[in-house]
Amino acid sequence: MEDQSISQSAPAAEEADTSQSRGLSAGVDDQLAPSTGGGKPRPSRSQAIFSALHSLLVPFLAVVTALLIGGVVIFISNVISPPVSTSPLYGNSPFNLTLRAYQGLWVGAFGSFDNISATIVTATPYIFGGLAVALGFRAGLFNIGVEGQIALGSLAAAAVGFNPAFAGLSPWLLVPMCLLAGCLAGAIWGGIPGLLKAQTGAHEVITTIMLNYIAIQIVSVVVNAVKPGNGQVRTPDISLNAHLPVLIATSTGLKQIHLGPIIAILAAIAVYWLLWRTTSGFELRTVGTNPSAARYAGISVKRNIMLAMALSGLLGGLAGAVEVTGVNFYHSQGFSAGYGFDSITVALLGKSNPFGVVIAALLFGALKSSAPSMQFYAGTPQDVVSIIQALILLFVAADEIVRYIYRVKSRGEEKVVLTRGWGG
Amino acid sequence: MELALELRGITKRFPGVLANDHIDFQVGKGEIHALLGENGAGKTTLMNILYGLYPPDEGEVVLGGQPVKFNSPSDAIHAGIGMVHQHFKLVPPFTVTENIMLGNESMAGPFQLDRAAAAKRITELSNQYGLFVNPKSKVSELSVGVQQRVEILKAFYRNAEVLILDEPTAVLTPQESDELFSIMRGLTQQGKSIIFISHKLKEVLAISDAITVLRRGKVVGDADPHTASEEDLATMMVGRSVILQVEKTAAKPGAAVLSVRGMTVRRDKTASAGSGILLAVNAIDLEVHAGEIVGVAGVEGNGQTELAEALTGLRPIDGGSVTIGGVSIVGKSPRFITVHGVAHVPEDRQKYGLVLGYPIADNLVLATYFEPPFARGIVINEAAIRDNATRLVKEFDIRTPSVYTPARNLSGGNQQKVVVARELSRDNRLLIAAQPTRGLDVGSIEFIHRTIIAARDSGVAVLLISAELDEILSLADRIAVMYKGKIAAIVPRAEATREKLGLLMASGQVQAIAATVAEG
Repeated sequence: MEDQSISQSAPAAEEADTSQSRGLSAGVDDQLAPSTGGGKPRPSRSQAIFSALHSLLVPFLAVVTALLIGGVVIFISNVISPPVSTSPLYGNSPFNLTLRAYQGLWVGAFGSFDNISATIVTATPYIFGGLAVALGFRAGLFNIGVEGQIALGSLAAAAVGFNPAFAGLSPWLLVPMCLLAGCLAGAIWGGIPGLLKAQTGAHEVITTIMLNYIAIQIVSVVVNAVKPGNGQVRTPDISLNAHLPVLIATSTGLKQIHLGPIIAILAAIAVYWLLWRTTSGFELRTVGTNPSAARYAGISVKRNIMLAMALSGLLGGLAGAVEVTGVNFYHSQGFSAGYGFDSITVALLGKSNPFGVVIAALLFGALKSSAPSMQFYAGTPQDVVSIIQALILLFVAADEIVRYIYRVKSRGEEKVVLTRGWGG
Repeated sequence: MELALELRGITKRFPGVLANDHIDFQVGKGEIHALLGENGAGKTTLMNILYGLYPPDEGEVVLGGQPVKFNSPSDAIHAGIGMVHQHFKLVPPFTVTENIMLGNESMAGPFQLDRAAAAKRITELSNQYGLFVNPKSKVSELSVGVQQRVEILKAFYRNAEVLILDEPTAVLTPQESDELFSIMRGLTQQGKSIIFISHKLKEVLAISDAITVLRRGKVVGDADPHTASEEDLATMMVGRSVILQVEKTAAKPGAAVLSVRGMTVRRDKTASAGSGILLAVNAIDLEVHAGEIVGVAGVEGNGQTELAEALTGLRPIDGGSVTIGGVSIVGKSPRFITVHGVAHVPEDRQKYGLVLGYPIADNLVLATYFEPPFARGIVINEAAIRDNATRLVKEFDIRTPSVYTPARNLSGGNQQKVVVARELSRDNRLLIAAQPTRGLDVGSIEFIHRTIIAARDSGVAVLLISAELDEILSLADRIAVMYKGKIAAIVPRAEATREKLGLLMASGQVQAIAATVAEG
């Protein structure tokens, strides 16, 4: 055992002399990293995965910090411009109103069965979108094009759903057809930047952003061509046979839990299984972590870049298809505004871990669906939710701030490469 | 003798590790004192304490008879301690003067640097200590050896009395090392003291006035460089007797396994721009037979890296023929070549050989994860991967707490054992080993050398590429010397001497055999 701990300490000790620039405390943290892992041998991989939950500590603290600072923002906004509608219950001092705002947030998200249902339904596209971004991250790719992939997935699913030729088909056939059409559209839209990167080295960050614009224009052209005569810029309603079945009804009939959340959970399990239990996943992760070693080991880097982008796009397309068949029942221009970009925050917050993504997505669903309730309770503008989301992104991306505030030591955990330079 | 520096009972604990255990260490004025030890023995920790990077848990640093306490490197610098790190801390686009001034600027006005005054002082210092360098040159334009002089000058610019040199020769050519040693002698004659950290035994014996050996955080003892032998020092470092020259029987070469005819490999696009030389490997012929080790010697950058990469499919072959076991590998993928029975220990183990964030178990199947028993169809078989890892960790003596420890957390020697274990665990006919022991400690070098010889004796053809002449001489049965992309000569081991190989490496020819050298 002594041997082991000595040899363990070696890389850290040898490294320490080069770590001056990172400052003394960072250097010492790194020193500790290997030996804390070395003290308790991890006998099985399931424990290794369990310990990954520890890595969700920093995101959790980031959320807590964002909520606290969000409270300060609400307080200041209450002082500067006192809200109009106030409840007599607590009085309307700025401090009490701040508490009321958070009470509203909580009640709006989890206060009743209907509210919980709304939270889950709102979270569903974030789960798919977060998984799409996370899968890309694992393969070393930054898919910023989820926005466009969702839009085209939604449009494709709607196109199958409202097509009169299919309207008479059984739901058992039509629903899967809509979902498949969404997946296919997303996979193609994600696959294009994958192909470009593999063949020409074009950076996916640039190409996916450009393809977002193209997707928006395609949607505009198609929607204007098929819009119903009532002046609304949207596709016709999809056939009732294309609706996802409702599993649990709500009293209002709105935001009812449909099959989508179940599909989302299955997708998370599938992504986990693919990445960590299959040879394909081994290749994707190896390409994402160390492309040079992947090439050395005989793994085709190009093929895996294309595969990862297509799969990522597929998940984005599925997000759109599930929204159309489960919630909207038509595709309107601009329905998805922001889902694709918020998905990046969800993936970062979930540490690119499929189950972490599910948790992060639920949080985003809760924030989004409870914003009106916050306004109702304390007159706080709904935009505060966007501020909180932005703060979460800030603290997750700059996790050193959170580690410093709460003195959380880095454990030298597996780092996910977010993106690399040109042609990397 | 007057003491420049004394460390008394220094103890430093990191959780689970006693990095320094009551270390006593004295450096005399005008002395070169070598600090010797394997990776992880505690040398770097001790020097970081002396340089003020961490406080010791126990013990004290005594300078000029007075105990001192350093809270940061700037305290240590003020007290006259200078350190030249293994990886230089220079700003490449800045000039020598600017780099040396950095952090200790002389000012001509409130917002104006006084470069002229600094340059004048640098010129004086460089003349005084024989550290010749042009203060106006940009650091990016200097060779590694001259950059090191800038680092040393930086220490003396801050009035260092004690200079710590951490593995200073690791990055130098033999000629640059010799220059460094004469500079070091000059410094000690002017009363400076030097702490010289190294694990190259020959150098330590050649240059030091005193040697202290560390093992597992403790001082094992001191050695006198005038009487001690390399074997004595190695035994002290490792704690058991070490065979520096691995025993081997005569080779029994069989049929040719690797057969290279007129192979040509282009340089990287970026490297060729400006240099004008387009071919990294220029029409070479080479044969390696089963059961023999062919060593490829040469100064780095003469095409050895490209040779290894071309033979393993990582770089395209632009001309000629290459067969392994009778099958052409020109234009084939790394996967084809691996499956065809080629093991490759790559030159850069952290870039190519390992995925540092992956557990050891996954690194051990990096090239075979898709084959039974590690995969059933497309599903990974976790149990088989674990059992494989458990077996190889034992067989190759990889020191790790668990097979799921990330490769990043292992020492360099153990990382290389993971690479070697993986590559040799397959059924091979050819092993291509590039710089297999670079940066490793004595114990690991011995282990890797034995493993390579065992592979040879089991009938594997071995191509060993190494910049260490000693390694080539102790392992190879035949030696090919590469010079400017060509093979200057192939010499049987019995006829190879250091001098002859050295001449071939430096100029591509030896007068006596000049006629046989193809190059004009």
